[in-house]
Amino acid sequence: METTELSLQDRRVLNEFQHHFPLSSAPYAELAERLGSSEEEVIGQIKRIKKAGLISRVGAVIQPHTIGYSTLAAMAVPTEEIEAAVKVINRLPQVNHNYEREDEMNLWFVVTAEDEADLGQILAQLEDDSGYPVHSFPMVRDFHIDLGFSLDWKHPYNSSSNQVHPAAFS
Amino acid sequence: MNSQIDLDAITDADRRVLEAIQGGLPLVPHPYAEIGLSIQMDEEEVIERIRILQQSGVIRRMGIIVHHRPLGYQANAMVVWNLPEEQIEAFGNAVSPLDFVTLCYQRRADLPRWPYTLYTMIHGKDRESVLQRVETLVELSPLKQQTDYKVLFSSRRFKQQGARYFNQQRTTTTQNDGATQHHPAP
Repeated sequence: METTELSLQDRRVLNEFQHHFPLSSAPYAELAERLGSSEEEVIGQIKRIKKAGLISRVGAVIQPHTIGYSTLAAMAVPTEEIEAAVKVINRLPQVNHNYEREDEMNLWFVVTAEDEADLGQILAQLEDDSGYPVHSFPMVRDFHIDLGFSLDWKHPYNSSSNQVHPAAFS
Repeated sequence: MNSQIDLDAITDADRRVLEAIQGGLPLVPHPYAEIGLSIQMDEEEVIERIRILQQSGVIRRMGIIVHHRPLGYQANAMVVWNLPEEQIEAFGNAVSPLDFVTLCYQRRADLPRWPYTLYTMIHGKDRESVLQRVETLVELSPLKQQTDYKVLFSSRRFKQQGARYFNQQRTTTTQNDGATQHHPAP
């Protein structure tokens, strides 16, 4: 795997700014002040880390099932039909992850919708379009209370307050 | 689990803000002003609505959202567990604090085909280390080696994007012949 070189300053940005992003007119300038850096530098730094694939975005993690409703869904599709089924599934803008996994139940994807009824319609449509049963496994409970990534680095900025778990992909 | 959040209090204006930020804040000096421009709302209102949505728990956190894999994890498996109902909570509480368990959800089963109700995402540097970690979990489970569980490694990633609750057209197809970086969330 490619190792991305991270400066100490990069690590600080990653470690300290996963929570409590400033709600002010110039949030990056505020971050810069804390880092002893400049707004321009911080913006450039985040852009660079993002380009390297280390972060997906600066943004909000939304509590599941507050705005909208989602589920993890799965289908069992014969290997030779996978590509066709994926086309049908990925055509939907409401699908936001889609993985092939090593099991008879081999296609796994997340579907988001406006509400539970809307979700039911989308899944029914998917069954019609693909010709395969869609199994839906909505979340009942999340055992990880907090969000964010525990960066396993031994350096002075890895404060204990960051020892939380990554469930940051909502 | 969202009983403390008053969903009826979420206004159309809130939804517009959430929709506008779902792809991420722009990397410009005044990101909230830019978000506001796109939805005809002034900067102060955008900030205030985000603040309220955070206080009410609709937004769990605001900040940098990190990808796992480039930081040292290469392999991941979704491990699903079929546990007696009364043992789900204890097992979930026992395994979720482990640092290599990055997601731990209880989900509804779909009987008779799929009896599994606890989902754990296990990360490791390679397949072998993931499987060793799964063994650790098996030993923590009430029935030990008799436990009904499955390890589902991912073989290809066909799509990965942030959750979009609003109907914006955006599709991607990515193929990845190794282990995948991300995992289904809700």
